[in-house]
Amino acid sequence: MLAEFLQYLFSGITTGAIYALVALGFTLVYNASHVINFAQGEFLMIGGMATVSLLALGIPLPLAIFMAILLAGILGILLQRLAIAPAKHADVITLIIITIGASIFLRGLAQLIWGKELHALPSFSSTESLHVGGAVMYTQSLWVLGIATVIVLALVVFFKYTLMGKAILATSMNKRAAQLVGIRIQWVLMIAFMLAATLGAVAGVAIAPISFTTYDIGIMLGLKGFVAAAIGGLGSGVGAVVGGLLLGIAETMTAGYISSEYKDAVAFLLILLILFFMPRGLFGSRVAERV
Amino acid sequence: MRHMHSRWGSQISFLSLALVLVALPFVMQNDFHFDIATQIAIIAATVVGLNLLVGFAGQVSLGHAAFFAIGAYSSAILTSRYGFTPLPAMLAGAVGVAVLALILGKPILRLKGHYLSMATLGLGIIIAIIINNEGWLTGGPDGIPVPPLSVFGMELSIFEQYEIAGYTLSGTLLWYILAAGLLLVAVWIAQNLIDSPIGRALRAVHGSEVAARVVGVDTTRYKALVFVISAVYASVMGSFFAHYSGFITPQIASFQHSIELITMVVLGGMASTYGVILGAALLLLLPQLLTDFQDYEMMMFGLILMLTMIFMPKGLLPTFQQILRRALRRSPKTDP
Amino acid sequence: MHGIFRLSMVWLVLVLGLWVPAQAAEPIKIGAFVSATGPAAFLGDPELKTLEMYVARINAAGGVLGRPLQLIHYDDGGNASEARNYASRLIRADRVDFIIGGSTTGTTMAAVPMIEQARIPFISMAGAIVITEPVKPWVFKTPQSDRMAAQRILADMQSRGITRVGLLSGTDGFGSSGRAQTLEVAGDFGIEIVADLTYGPQDTDMTAQLTRIRNTAGVEALLNFGFGQGPAIVTRNYAHLGMTLPFYQSHGVASDRFLELAGAAAEGIRLPASPLLVPDDLAEDDPQRPVVQAYKEAFEAQWNMRVSTFGGYAYDALMLAVKAIETAGTTEPGAVRDALEGIRGHVGVTGIYSFSPTDHMGLAVESFRILEVRDGRWVLID
Repeated sequence: MLAEFLQYLFSGITTGAIYALVALGFTLVYNASHVINFAQGEFLMIGGMATVSLLALGIPLPLAIFMAILLAGILGILLQRLAIAPAKHADVITLIIITIGASIFLRGLAQLIWGKELHALPSFSSTESLHVGGAVMYTQSLWVLGIATVIVLALVVFFKYTLMGKAILATSMNKRAAQLVGIRIQWVLMIAFMLAATLGAVAGVAIAPISFTTYDIGIMLGLKGFVAAAIGGLGSGVGAVVGGLLLGIAETMTAGYISSEYKDAVAFLLILLILFFMPRGLFGSRVAERV
Repeated sequence: MRHMHSRWGSQISFLSLALVLVALPFVMQNDFHFDIATQIAIIAATVVGLNLLVGFAGQVSLGHAAFFAIGAYSSAILTSRYGFTPLPAMLAGAVGVAVLALILGKPILRLKGHYLSMATLGLGIIIAIIINNEGWLTGGPDGIPVPPLSVFGMELSIFEQYEIAGYTLSGTLLWYILAAGLLLVAVWIAQNLIDSPIGRALRAVHGSEVAARVVGVDTTRYKALVFVISAVYASVMGSFFAHYSGFITPQIASFQHSIELITMVVLGGMASTYGVILGAALLLLLPQLLTDFQDYEMMMFGLILMLTMIFMPKGLLPTFQQILRRALRRSPKTDP
Repeated sequence: MHGIFRLSMVWLVLVLGLWVPAQAAEPIKIGAFVSATGPAAFLGDPELKTLEMYVARINAAGGVLGRPLQLIHYDDGGNASEARNYASRLIRADRVDFIIGGSTTGTTMAAVPMIEQARIPFISMAGAIVITEPVKPWVFKTPQSDRMAAQRILADMQSRGITRVGLLSGTDGFGSSGRAQTLEVAGDFGIEIVADLTYGPQDTDMTAQLTRIRNTAGVEALLNFGFGQGPAIVTRNYAHLGMTLPFYQSHGVASDRFLELAGAAAEGIRLPASPLLVPDDLAEDDPQRPVVQAYKEAFEAQWNMRVSTFGGYAYDALMLAVKAIETAGTTEPGAVRDALEGIRGHVGVTGIYSFSPTDHMGLAVESFRILEVRDGRWVLID
């Protein structure tokens, strides 16, 4: 019984950690610009696919990963500079459609460059599985959890102790006031998009040894990440992490104990219930609506 | 605000749309063109309904395809398995959707902004999952055939020829006429609604909900009302779509389809009834237009969508109108 | 403003493109709609590549009836509504002589009413049994039905004395149709399905479902019906959990690519597949041997990717179409259809086709071979 529960918990936490990283990407961009960036999932795909193709060129894994993440970061900046910045007076919903266009574009480009086949990435460590209390755990899961923890800690430090982090926070709270104290909004937005893209790529590389990677892997993971961010309350970093883990664990527990057919439905039902009782998500800020 | 168009202006717009719809059959070359035009008219009518919610009341729904799908599947299931004729089946679907929207509308519409989008998205996906999983009823992911539309025992199939008052008309043409008629009715209802006190209240909700509440508009009630109306629009058009295409799959309930519908609204021009019709037409034509690009098709689609929204953030029709207005204002000065 | 003007021009040019008149009717027009992108790209991509490649080869060799073939193809992205519209376009605007297409059952069935009405011979490349049963006059198909796959797997289980099976399937069309057929015919082989679980086609981890099957009392074997990334992940999770149940997959993973992805985890898996994967294991006198070897060699040389069973469906569909047109001596649809229905003993990559007025699929259950993965390669078992 316990072994079974542990097994579900392990896989739930692993997928949950990935959702959390994607959700953090959504949160960063949302905080800086109030845009929901539906292209966030594509950065996962770019991280995974670029690593695979760099590896095929004979570049060692750590360097390939670094270059792939760098590529995603640059694409994040380009997305902000070329697609979001020129449309700064647009409605939020228009901006969302722009990001949807961008995600279709990136997917189309990836399909041209990398084809439509599935690709595998080797595990980061040589041993594949660990046995814990009767359950089995991928060593890659430990990598995923470790990376996610380091990133969350790094973000905390970034927002608490660096000028840039504080500038992003200030912008998310009050754009006008931030501008008045000399924060360059465009610069803040660029950094936010770059960070979000980087986070996405990291998640994409970390999960690829478990789930494989292909040109359209970003659709579902992106959507789940968005859901996680919303459960946590859009714009809350803690919320994104909690939301991601909650979603991942809820999915595997449902598949394990209740119904595998309806595990995704249960996840979305969870959202509806949370939103009905806590209209701003678990950790959403309670700012008054602006008139 | 620019919604202050006169009664006269809106009648001219309506007549122009009717003229375009009448003129199209003379330009279209083959039955394939009719085929696409018919579908555009049906989807455009759906989007006109969605625009009431998104464009006028400012409530973003990312799950509208679910209502469309419930209508379509009600028609498919009730006619093929339970012996209903198409019209009662359609009505049953619409009533079911109205009740569902009414029950869910209250708690969902209490939510603001992205939380509302999130909730409608969740609702849409749950319905899509149910349709996909309950294969015994819905045919599952492989889809379900739908019998042709029939009214009082008269079957309307795009494959038949019909004798009407001495003329032989193809089913394809008759379906186009029906769909064009549906679109006109949809627009007429929407325009009347917008010009009514309800419409004014809705626009107040869009402008500022708090302000609207302060001046005594019962915002929740109006939002719930327009939510139900737009859901019923989707359901009825879903039914027609199902009968027209003859076969439906759970894809029509998918998140992706919801996104397509909302994209049509934003692309054409939010809060512009005629704009969203243009949006629907272009978005449905685009895949057909891009087939020559083959492997580049998906990339081109994304690029065109992105560029259009970047350079025309207000949507196609409002931007064209703006350019036209500017040109008209300038021309008297340049005249000698 | 310039940007807006240019964008408007782009839209205008695109819209006017629809009114370009059709070309003269000199070549034989083969229309195709496949899912070259989207979730079913695993099927559509090799299918389209095969069609393109062999139409070019046939033309280089002088065409059919002295006329070149013209391939007009559209990508439906796995979307049934789009498939229906492209079928409409092929019939009504392009006026093709023959249609090949429908990578999935959903896209095929959405186009069928249109094609039946237009009376154009049509060969589908999708699996489900509903496509050709009941028989529709103008609709044929090249893959074996999913019911046959289920029967072949269950028969092999029966021969190993397995009676209690845990079933896992994807919630996409392929998986859920395969699941339904398996549940329906299991009783005929004295087999009981003791666990029945599913996963989403885009899921990244199926450990929970496998754990549940492993913990089901009395389960003796595992069967996974799915295609795409799902089965590869299931295979990896299976090995990771240290499961030792006899493991069967469906023909949905019948490609060398699957072996590369699943690696050592695939060891011992059995599945039903066309002989395409084991060209060298076929007996010297097996009539399919030369056909299979030639196709595999040609495909891998041209596209620099591994062959899959699915490309084979397209190869067979095209060759059957060509044979029917040649036999009929004309492209008149009725004559081509009759010729197609009259084809007997046509040796294809997937199997040996014998159509008849009551059978528009034309393959026997035996056309599926049971393969096993041993030392990282496919081995012919039966």
